[in-house]
Parts: sequence; structure tokens; C-alpha cells
Amino acid sequence: MFDTGHDAALPAHVGIGYKAQHFTDLTTAPGPVKWLEIHAENYMGDGGRPLAQLRALTERFPISVHGVGLSIGGEAPLDTDHLSRLRHLCDWVHPASFSEHLAWSTHGDHFLNDLLPLPYTSATLARVSAHIDQVQEALGRTMLLENPSTYLAFDESTMDEVTFLTEIAQRTGCGLLLDVNNVFVSATNQQWNPTAYINAFPLAQVGEIHLGGHDEETDEHGAPLLIDSHGREVVDPVWSLYAHTIAQGGPKPTLIEWDNDVPDFPVLRDEAARAAAILTPARA
Amino acid sequence: MDHSTFAAALLDPAAPMPEGMTDPQGRPAGKRFDVYRNNVTASLIDALQTGFPVLHKLLGDKSFRTLALMAARHDPPRSRQLSQYGASLPDLIARLPALGAYPYLPDIARLELAMRSAYHAADHDALQTDGLSPEALMDLTPCLAPSTRVVASPHPILSIWRRNTDPDAPAPQPGAEAVLIARPGFDPVPHLLPKGGVTFAEALTGHTPLSLALERAIDAAPGLDVAALLTVFLTSGALCLPQPEDQ
Repeated sequence: MFDTGHDAALPAHVGIGYKAQHFTDLTTAPGPVKWLEIHAENYMGDGGRPLAQLRALTERFPISVHGVGLSIGGEAPLDTDHLSRLRHLCDWVHPASFSEHLAWSTHGDHFLNDLLPLPYTSATLARVSAHIDQVQEALGRTMLLENPSTYLAFDESTMDEVTFLTEIAQRTGCGLLLDVNNVFVSATNQQWNPTAYINAFPLAQVGEIHLGGHDEETDEHGAPLLIDSHGREVVDPVWSLYAHTIAQGGPKPTLIEWDNDVPDFPVLRDEAARAAAILTPARA
Repeated sequence: MDHSTFAAALLDPAAPMPEGMTDPQGRPAGKRFDVYRNNVTASLIDALQTGFPVLHKLLGDKSFRTLALMAARHDPPRSRQLSQYGASLPDLIARLPALGAYPYLPDIARLELAMRSAYHAADHDALQTDGLSPEALMDLTPCLAPSTRVVASPHPILSIWRRNTDPDAPAPQPGAEAVLIARPGFDPVPHLLPKGGVTFAEALTGHTPLSLALERAIDAAPGLDVAALLTVFLTSGALCLPQPEDQ
């Protein structure tokens, strides 16, 4: 359907979310890190160090461009200026993958800088599908859509999240980005069974997996409330769920996400090595 | 669920939570909705703190976060590129009676905005003047590089900025300061502009010979230090030759 040109797919190895402070480590001793993911909106300036570093990294690593500001679930039409900026970025980075979120983040003139939740209804399905069609058309490539971390449920929802995402993938031809930590966070918060979620997920459509850390809180009734924070190590139950996912779906490109309180590179390298220890036998 | 109600409640703690959102037992979402409220405001406060490190130091963490929360609710970002967020902060500070005793704060914020904007600006080849005779130099028609910024203030903003980024910098003295920000590599560097510097910068449009720009600066500031003025502009990387499409 879309010409992906010479932008090869992400390898079924481990990548990390790129942070400028790790540039030297990555270009000298990346260890198990075989690819990098960038947040698209951080590389839309006109020049300077961010673009120079990215240019250098594109020569060494496959790059995944991960958008955080497109607001695919928004009520308003997509921002065509923002789509043009994404197109421009993809045209020179030649990313191995482009992904965005099942969420909304803008309203009116305002960018709210968070991934806000959507009810799973036929109206949402139609809107998100139309927006994904538009993105794929504008970028000339298929995209991956990521499952969200959620903290609440909508009375108006008429289908579960896996059914919703499966239907989106079928309608639009997009792939899916399976964030296993988000599955664990949402399943805990919504009292779903995370293993059943993975077993029902269309793993054949998954082009990338995310792993990250979360914070543990409780709500006003004492029920567990996990917050997707990307600020610490992946917890053991998420590693187990990840191993189960790989056992079910085979090896997938896997990202360690760490966006807040970013540690020195060796900490990320160790997290990447832990993921590689699960991926490597699966590739054999 | 309509996004207008949801978005309004995110930014206004007094607004009622939208209806139809629940916990797994079907009870009102309560604290679960507050996670989104907190994510939005905390992430915007953090973005402002990253963008205004000297302002943060001058105000202290508690006051800065109070100001940033007000800014986040009063004027959320209009761009999805957070590197551009905070342009309205100087005007907000200037309107706050509580900060009226610190009249230099808005211009400190403007200086930090200019530094950030210089950091993300387009790359350029700096003007090369090696080996040029003084006459040939004066015939050049350079322009300000895409990353060059000028910020003028009735307050000693560069001295305040330096005092808060370098512990060995001298204490600021009262008086106006104009700042030239140049980016010779990837890191913007602020320089104190001598008298006439702002006029000189404004004259460098890519069509005006240096000699004429200098005359205008001398007209505006008789007795200016010509050597100091030329040195700061010619050695900082602030200038480049106009690109063909600029002409």
C-alpha cells in the first residue's frame, strides 16, 4: 500500500529512547543497544546540536521516530502543519519506524502535553481510523499505534481496548506498538488480567514493544493506582509479561523507555541487556 | 465525553470533573482523573523550569513553581514543540504585583528565551575576516547569523545572568545592559554589547556595508568604542554572509 523506500524495518533487537547526555556512550560503546528511538517534536528545530547529533546517529543506528504531539484521538482535524513537519523529519531521517499514540493531547489552540484517554466507541473508532489514514497518506508509510496507560474507564465505552486496537489495525492497515508496561499499568488500574490482554492481542501486527518503569500509588479507596512515569527500572512483573509476550509472538524490536530522572548510560545498558537476554533465545 | 469539558477541568482545579468516568467498581473516577490533571501541570512546570534555569534560581524552587503553575493554567503551550514554550512568561511576570519589586525579572526571562531560541536556530558558516585589509573589511555586507539574538534592558541582565551561572562572576551593578547572543558552535554565548551595539546590529541587514553600519552606530552613540564594538561582532561568530536567497 505504501512505498517504504529504503527505510529498513527496525531489527528484532533492543533499542533505547535517545537522550543527548548518552551521545558519547552510544557512539563509542553502545553494548546491546542496536537502535534508537527519538521523540519527533524534539527534532523540529531549524538546526543546532539536536539535529547535528541526530544526523550523526542516523549513520550508526536504525532510528524509530516516535511522535508525542499529533493528537490522533483529538476531536479536531489533524494539524496539517504538524503533519508536514513530521513528513520533513521522516524525509531526512529515513526512520525504520514511525509511531504515535492512541490518545489526544490538543484541544482548541492548546497543547496539553499529556496522552489523554479516549472512550472505546464506534465514533472514536471512526475518527481515529480516519486520522491514521491521513497520517499514513501524508507520510507515505504505515505507522504503528501505541496502546495507552489508562487510569479510569468511560461509561460510554462499548468495546474493550484490544478489540478496539485490533479493529483499528484492520481498518487502516497500521501496525501496533505494544507497550507492555502500559498493559500492566492499565490492567492493574482497570482490574483486567494482563496475561489475557496479551493473549488476545493481535501480536502479528506488533512492530515494536515498549518497556518502561511506573510509579505505585493508591486511589482514595485504597485500590492500587499505577502511574506511567518512565522514571525508573522496569519491574519484575512487567519483565515476566514481556517474556510471555515474546514467547507468544516471537522476537520483536524492543525499546527501553526512560524519560524522567534519566540515569547514566550503564543503567540503561543493563536494562537493555536484560531485554536482550529474553530476545536472543527467541531469535534462535 | 467531550474534550472541551475534559480540557477545561484539566487546567482549572475548581472545575467539576467531567461525568461518565469511573473506577473499576463504577465509582466516580476521583483521584484517577487527578492523575491527568497532575500530569499536565507537572509536565508544563518542568518544561518551564528546564527553559528558564536562571529565573528558577532567582525565584527559588517554590516561587518558581507557583509562577509556572499560574503560567501553565493561564497560557498553555500553543505549539507541540515544547522548545518554543514560555514566550508569554515575561509579560505574565511583568503583570504580577507580587514580583513588582524585581523589575529585572521579565528581561531575564527574555534573555533565557533568546538563548533557547538561539540554541535551536539554523546552522551557519561564520563570517571569515582573516587576511582582509581594513578597507575590504569595511566593504563587507554581513548580516546577523540565524542564531544571533540581541536583548536590551534597562537592567544589568547579563551581569545578573552571569552571577547566577558562574559563582566567580562579580556582583551586578545598576545600569542598562544590552546583550549579543552568538552561537559559534552549538552552545549560545552571551556577550555584553558596548554602546551603539544595538543600532549597529539593527543596521546589519545583509545589504549595508560595515562602514555604513558603523556610521549609524556612531550617530546613535557618539563616543562609542569602535574597536570594542567591532571585536565583539567579528570574534563572537555573530555574523555571516547573506545566503543567496536572502539577497
